[in-house]
Amino acid sequence: MYRYDEFDHQLVNERVAQFANQVARRLSGELTEDEFKPLRLMNGVYLQLHAYMLRIAIPYGTLSSRQLRMLAHIGRTYDRGYGHFTTRQNLQFNWPALKDVPDILKDLASVEMHCIQTSGNCIRNVTSDQYAGAAKNEIEDPRIISEIIRQWSTFHPEFSFLPRKFKIAVSGTPDDRAAIRVHDIGIQIVQDGAGNIGYEVYVGGGLGRTPMIAKKIADFVPKEDLLAYLEAVMRVYNMYGRRDNMYKSRIKILVHEIGAEEMKRQVDAEFAEIRKAGTLHLPQEEVDRIQAYFRPPAFETLPDESTELNKAVLADTGFANWVKSNIAAHKIPGYAIVNISLKPIGGTPGDCTSDQMDAVADIAEKFSFDEVRVTHEQNLTLAHVRKKDLYAVYEALKAHDLATPNINLITDQIACPGLDYCSLANARSIPIAQRISERFADIARQHEIGELKINTSGCINACGHHHVGHIGILGVDKKGVEYYQVTLGGAADEKTAIGDIVGPAFTEDEIVDAVEKVVNIYLDKREAGERFIDTYRRIGLAPFKENLYATH
Amino acid sequence: MAQHTRKGAQFQSVTANRLQDGIVVYLTADGRWSESLQDAAVAEGKEAAEALLAKAEPSVADNTVVEPYLFEVSPENDRLSAASVREIIRQAGPTVRPDLGKQAELADAQC
Repeated sequence: MYRYDEFDHQLVNERVAQFANQVARRLSGELTEDEFKPLRLMNGVYLQLHAYMLRIAIPYGTLSSRQLRMLAHIGRTYDRGYGHFTTRQNLQFNWPALKDVPDILKDLASVEMHCIQTSGNCIRNVTSDQYAGAAKNEIEDPRIISEIIRQWSTFHPEFSFLPRKFKIAVSGTPDDRAAIRVHDIGIQIVQDGAGNIGYEVYVGGGLGRTPMIAKKIADFVPKEDLLAYLEAVMRVYNMYGRRDNMYKSRIKILVHEIGAEEMKRQVDAEFAEIRKAGTLHLPQEEVDRIQAYFRPPAFETLPDESTELNKAVLADTGFANWVKSNIAAHKIPGYAIVNISLKPIGGTPGDCTSDQMDAVADIAEKFSFDEVRVTHEQNLTLAHVRKKDLYAVYEALKAHDLATPNINLITDQIACPGLDYCSLANARSIPIAQRISERFADIARQHEIGELKINTSGCINACGHHHVGHIGILGVDKKGVEYYQVTLGGAADEKTAIGDIVGPAFTEDEIVDAVEKVVNIYLDKREAGERFIDTYRRIGLAPFKENLYATH
Repeated sequence: MAQHTRKGAQFQSVTANRLQDGIVVYLTADGRWSESLQDAAVAEGKEAAEALLAKAEPSVADNTVVEPYLFEVSPENDRLSAASVREIIRQAGPTVRPDLGKQAELADAQC
């Protein structure tokens, strides 16, 4: 994985020193809260319901064991012994004291981590596919271009005060696990007929109060021109994005208002200007230098079949269930991708204790080339595990309550922190996810239901991605009482769709029953081989709506 | 300034977060800040509430607290409780982590 060079070290250390000074000046009263607030936000420090919250960047979701151990240490030393992995592949601590933040940032810098650009109207942490470098049909490791974008966008002076925040996601496979079509810019790595690698570029996707699916404005941006093209998009947005109304300030509104064709025309014109100057041509030697950091690890030559694995599957039903749902195919024979669910039955989606972080770090060091990935669905991934080691990995995970066999099943839900932690929330998300998880705890029933993604947000800002859940749940406040609105048919993959609102919202007491009713309608209507989303796409909203409110 | 109270609220108190650590605190009748809602001063009516909020200003100026605001409370049976779900959660801690927050840190009667 990428290692800091002297410039990265200097840049991060200078920022730590600068923010330590700003915190000291705030605590002494030299800075007022109004002066300090934008400075703390630039360093990932929010003020939430119970305390401050610190958001730590995990570039494209990749962590070394050493970094994960440091996160465990910070959780134990400065927080309450746990952290929360988010839909941005980041980690949030919910209880840090402001006076401790400079020490936390120093600790993070010691393992090449920081909180820069995890807030504010700038280009945020680039997100990507957790299967990078391991997926079977990958055209190119998306972390290479993600790292290049990270370097280009870090402290970019022209893009430090955009109309609003800006999120970029990259996918290296046709199967989209990075939800690129609901990002401000989505980049799909593609290959032309001659074998050249380039990029499809989507702009104007996003969730929040006005969900939009991104529009494709470029079919093939050559590799050496990607930064110039991105800069062209940013310039058009920076010039014409609205600054008078924060609810209309994201690039999705601009693209929606002027149309994809006009957006493309303007970006192409800006792109042509930038190319004339020739300053943003990405040199091949620089690409090669970054690429070298993501060289494949030293895979062994192994038979694809593992007798150890086959025997263990037959001998241990729990392991067989885990293999069935948590293991994905790897491009190298004899290897597998392991997904670690952070969704224990009745647990908080995305929460991970310091002890669990240490355990995952040890397992990754021993079995997966010292590397861990964070997924935007709030789970962890070990990208390269030998099939013959899977049982040992399972046993080690199980010892730390990390072997829940539910990836992509109904209990593998996304949920934002909601009103239990977040000062923006209108309703709680986590307890709803927990009660749904408990209702559908039976593993045989989960397999019977098959792939089904339930996403819950505690407010319209949609951190829980409810618009793109197969079943989406949005918490709303009605005169001080929590209600939950249901959407159906959303998806965040290569067939991205915004869910349809099914009808009037449900009370807290009704919502789990309503979800179960939706599931039962699907089971009743589905045809052989269909997943929930397939059935929904075939029959539409009406049968759900009719039956859901029949006795409501 | 944040406003999280109901317009027609009869009884209100003032809450804020402590600057140093962000912990939720409540303004007392003698102008101090307590971690316990039970110590909060209660204002009845709009004018008294505005006067109570004004009493928080020196603590903002001397960097003790940030973002003070009024919220609705119900004084019943010698015990204060917050009216909204949001303020009940701020007062107690996350409903999904009863081992954390004031619900775990303060004696039950003090919460």
